[in-house]
Amino acid sequence: MDPMNEKEPLFSPKNVRLLKQPLVKDNPITVQVLGICSALAVTVKLEPSVVISLAVIVVMGFSNVMMSIIRNITPPRIRILVMLTIIAFMVVMVDQVLKAYMYDVSRQLSVFVGLIITNCIIMGRLEAFAIANKPWPSFLDGVGNAFGYGWILVVVGFFRELLGSGTIWDINVIETPWWNLYELGYQNNGLMILPPAALIVVGVIIWVHRSKHKELLEDN
Amino acid sequence: MKFLRDILDNIKPQFQKGGRFYKLHSTFDAFETFLFVPNKTTFKGSHIRDSIDLKRTMSLVIVALLPALLFGIWNVGYQHFLATGVTASFWEHVWVGFVAVFPIIVVTYVTALGIEFGFAQARGHEVNEGVLVSGMLIPLVMPPDVPLWMVSAATAFAVIFGKEVFGGTGMNILNPALLARAFLFFAYPADMSGDKVWVHAIPDGFTSATPLAQAAAGDITSIPSAFDMFVGTMPGSVGETSTLAILLGAAFLFMTGIGSARIIVSVFAGGYLMGLLFNLWGANPFMEVPAHHHLIMGGFAFGAVFMATDPVSASQTGKGKYIYGFLIGLLAVLIRVLNPAFPEGMMLAILFMNVMAPLIDHYVIEANIKRRLRRTKARQAAAEKITQ
Repeated sequence: MDPMNEKEPLFSPKNVRLLKQPLVKDNPITVQVLGICSALAVTVKLEPSVVISLAVIVVMGFSNVMMSIIRNITPPRIRILVMLTIIAFMVVMVDQVLKAYMYDVSRQLSVFVGLIITNCIIMGRLEAFAIANKPWPSFLDGVGNAFGYGWILVVVGFFRELLGSGTIWDINVIETPWWNLYELGYQNNGLMILPPAALIVVGVIIWVHRSKHKELLEDN
Repeated sequence: MKFLRDILDNIKPQFQKGGRFYKLHSTFDAFETFLFVPNKTTFKGSHIRDSIDLKRTMSLVIVALLPALLFGIWNVGYQHFLATGVTASFWEHVWVGFVAVFPIIVVTYVTALGIEFGFAQARGHEVNEGVLVSGMLIPLVMPPDVPLWMVSAATAFAVIFGKEVFGGTGMNILNPALLARAFLFFAYPADMSGDKVWVHAIPDGFTSATPLAQAAAGDITSIPSAFDMFVGTMPGSVGETSTLAILLGAAFLFMTGIGSARIIVSVFAGGYLMGLLFNLWGANPFMEVPAHHHLIMGGFAFGAVFMATDPVSASQTGKGKYIYGFLIGLLAVLIRVLNPAFPEGMMLAILFMNVMAPLIDHYVIEANIKRRLRRTKARQAAAEKITQ
């Protein structure tokens, strides 16, 4: 059989790498430092962080696939416009679903769902990967990168909500029927609610990440 | 002194490579250099050596801080008895103040040194001396009744995120002590601002605003007289109230050549000028506060003398120091007057200019290079003319 036409298994080592690489080694936030703006905006609480992460996973996975399907018939000169249209289409879909089934969260996220369009990671993956690869690897690449982005958001959201509001997923963990730390003089950290706190938490994640993966350090 | 040296020499091999306690060598180093001037010499690259090392420099700053600290301790007691209406002797004032302030100092040092030693051990470098000064500055910019766990959290934040992240003393872009205060200011505003926190053990129903807060509220008739504010008998953070004590420290810093006179003088000049401009504008009562009052209210003097002059985070070039200091003074008064949410503009002004300092230095150096190039060219042109 011609090796060119040999069917590649769905989860070949190469494809699995596409999925896994962006989770840690090539993480869009901690290594490529993309998508920081949304990491600041939506991570005050855990719930919106999780929802926006899921939204980005859906948007990125499917817009990568769509771009990949039409990659051979898209004239290179208008490719950016095509990409924007695809992403915008996916974002509007996600937004409508959120409004229909999770109205409260949708209100809370307000404009930031729409702003997924401007997330540089999505555009970056379309331009760097989907435009030159087959649909299935593109899907894996999109989902992998979105997961890499999402888990950072969830971690940041967890710490900001815990320290800033004293709750986890809106369940109060500082003042419970069993203990009440407020009585001992504990106070919620107001800094954690402000956007700069997200930068600090992301900074800490990058710090830990780099000290674990020495190959990421620049030599100077 | 000889016997101390003997003890150290005796146990030193244990801490050197191959010794039993090699893991603790940076801790040993820290104590040894604290007691004796180190005899290490630099052996490569160009270098200029001063007669005192960093540890001695930092110790002198602590000496300069003593007047402000001692006055602060007395003032905490004085304000407490003023609020409760009890007459008390001088030593009772000092004792009450001491009981309030001393725990803050202890907590700051324990936290800061603990983290510093931990990082030094983990990274295998020496313990940095800057922490000695930060540990003394932090209590002086705290309200007297700040909860101790907050002091500890703020110190930890400042040492880790202000310094260690960047690689320790000498690498930080922000002044760590101010960072600690800024952290508390934004994280726990209830304990860092308002009119309940500035007097130790304030009685119920009694409020005591700082002169700055009074002025920001437009209540300029009730701020203390200029003399009181200069001497420092007003509520405020522990060490910031007395401009007199701070100027004593400044004189000491000038004499020893440690604090930059350029920065201090230009901070005061900038603040005074901005105060005068606001006097001209005069749109609200705060703008009509006499310009010299700005220099003695709140943390202005303390910031100018002890925070803005931090040799690491300030501008390094001569001209840059003038610009840096002037803009600090200007911004501090600007923030104070125009933004009532931040009565203590000095903190934000210094932090902001800390960030800008490298930029200022860059342009000062660029301008110098350009000027010298022009001069060389002019000379060459003149020389060519002569030869023609």
